Amino acid sequence: MIAQSFNYEAPHTLTEAIHLLQHYGDDAKILSGGHSLIPMMKLRFASPAVLIDINNIPGLSDIIIDGDTIKIGALTREVQLEHSDLLKEHYPIFADVTKQIADPQVRNRGTLGGNLAHGDAANDHPAVMLALGASVIATGPDGSRSIDINDFFQGFYTTALEQNEVLTEIYIPVPPDHTGSAYHKLERKVGDYATAGVAVVLTMDGDICKNIGIGLTNVNAVPMRALRSEEFLKGKPLTDQNVKEAGKLASEDCAPSSDLRGSEAYKRDMGAVLVRRMIASALSRVK
Amino acid sequence: MKINVTVNGTAHEADIEPRTLLVHFIRENLNLTGTHIGCDTSHCGACTILLDGQSVKSCTILAVQANDKTIQTIEGMAANGLHPLQEGFHENHGLHCGYCTPGMIMRASELLANNPNPTEDEIRWGISGNLCRCTGYNNIVKSIQYASAKMRGETPASTEPQFV
Repeated sequence: MIAQSFNYEAPHTLTEAIHLLQHYGDDAKILSGGHSLIPMMKLRFASPAVLIDINNIPGLSDIIIDGDTIKIGALTREVQLEHSDLLKEHYPIFADVTKQIADPQVRNRGTLGGNLAHGDAANDHPAVMLALGASVIATGPDGSRSIDINDFFQGFYTTALEQNEVLTEIYIPVPPDHTGSAYHKLERKVGDYATAGVAVVLTMDGDICKNIGIGLTNVNAVPMRALRSEEFLKGKPLTDQNVKEAGKLASEDCAPSSDLRGSEAYKRDMGAVLVRRMIASALSRVK
Repeated sequence: MKINVTVNGTAHEADIEPRTLLVHFIRENLNLTGTHIGCDTSHCGACTILLDGQSVKSCTILAVQANDKTIQTIEGMAANGLHPLQEGFHENHGLHCGYCTPGMIMRASELLANNPNPTEDEIRWGISGNLCRCTGYNNIVKSIQYASAKMRGETPASTEPQFV
C-alpha cells in the first residue's frame, strides 16, 4: 500500500516548523512517530498534501523535573518512557501503559505527543494523562500556551490544537506523598487497541482517598474521565463496596459501541472490572 | 527528493518520491530482498530492519526519513560468516518457511544488544511484534538463547529442536 503523493518537509527548528504550518495551512500534517499517520495515509483515510517531519528538531524529547512538575517532550518515544528511571520512580503507570502499546519496534518510533495529538479515543496515553491531571503545551506563531488535558480532547480525532500549533511538551505534577498509579487494558492480542482500558492515579491520606483520577480508554468516542466515580470516592475509604460503586458509575457513564472487540454491555462490564482492579493495583503501589 | 543512506556499510544516494516507503526503497531500489513485506500494516514484523541501530518496521517509515542514517538489513548480518543468530536459527530449527526469519533476526539483534542475557520471558516479550505462522515460536526462542550464549562467549547448550 502506498500513500497518495505529498510534499515532505524536514525542518530543523521549531520556528521553521511553525512557519511551514502557517504557509501550508490545512493541507499540512505533522509527522512525529508516524505509526498512526502513515498507516492511515497508506489506507487513504488521510491524504495530507504536505508532511512536516519534526523528528530532526532537537530539544523535544527530554524528561526532566522542574520544581513540582515533570516535563516530558512531545517527541519522547514510547521506548524512552518505558525505560525512564525518573518516571519509574514517580509513576509506575508509565511502565504499565508503554508495555501495552503495540510492540517494541513501534515503541521505538511512536511518541507521547503524537499519541495525544492524534486524538484517538482508542490510544492509551489520553486516559493516563486524564488520570494524572496533565497539561499540554502548544507552541504556535505567538508563542506557547498551556492547555488543560480536560479541555484537550474535543471530539472524534479532534483536539484543541490550532492548525498552526505544534504540541511541544506535556506537564504532569510530581506526585504528592502516598500516591499510587496503574493502567491496564483488555486486549485481544499483544499490541491491539483496547477492548476497554482504565488508568488510575490516587493519593491516600491514611485510609481515606484524598484524590483520585480515573481515565478510560476506548469506551467512548472521546477519551474520558470517570468523573462521577472520582467524586464518589474522594474523602472516602476505599472499601470493597465503595470501589465497586465507583466501577458501576464508570460503566454507566461511558458510551462504548459494539464492534469486533465486544458488545456494548461487555465493554461496560469490563470497564467496571478494570476500574476495580486498577484502584486495587494503584493502592498496592502507594508510597 | 535526494537522500543519502548507508546500508550495511555501503553509502547510497538516491532520488525518490517522498511517499516511497523504506521497505520498498530497500527491496526495489537497492535490490536487497531479504527484508520482506508481510502484512504491510506494521503488525507482523517481517519488514524489520535496524535504523541507526534501532529495530523498526520499514513498512511504516518513509525512505526520506532515513536520510543521513544507517540501515542494517539481513544481508549485512553474514559479513563474517553466519551471525550467531543465523547460526542459532539453523541449529535449532528456528525457521520453517523462513519468511519471518529476517525480521526476527533483526529484532533479536537489537534485543541482545540491549540485553545480552535475556530470560525466556524477555525474549518472548522482545519478539512480540514479530509473527511467525510456521514454528510456533519455541524454536525461535531457543535460537535466540543459542545466539545469546554464543555472543557472551559461552558454549551454547546442545539442544534438540522441538517439533510440536
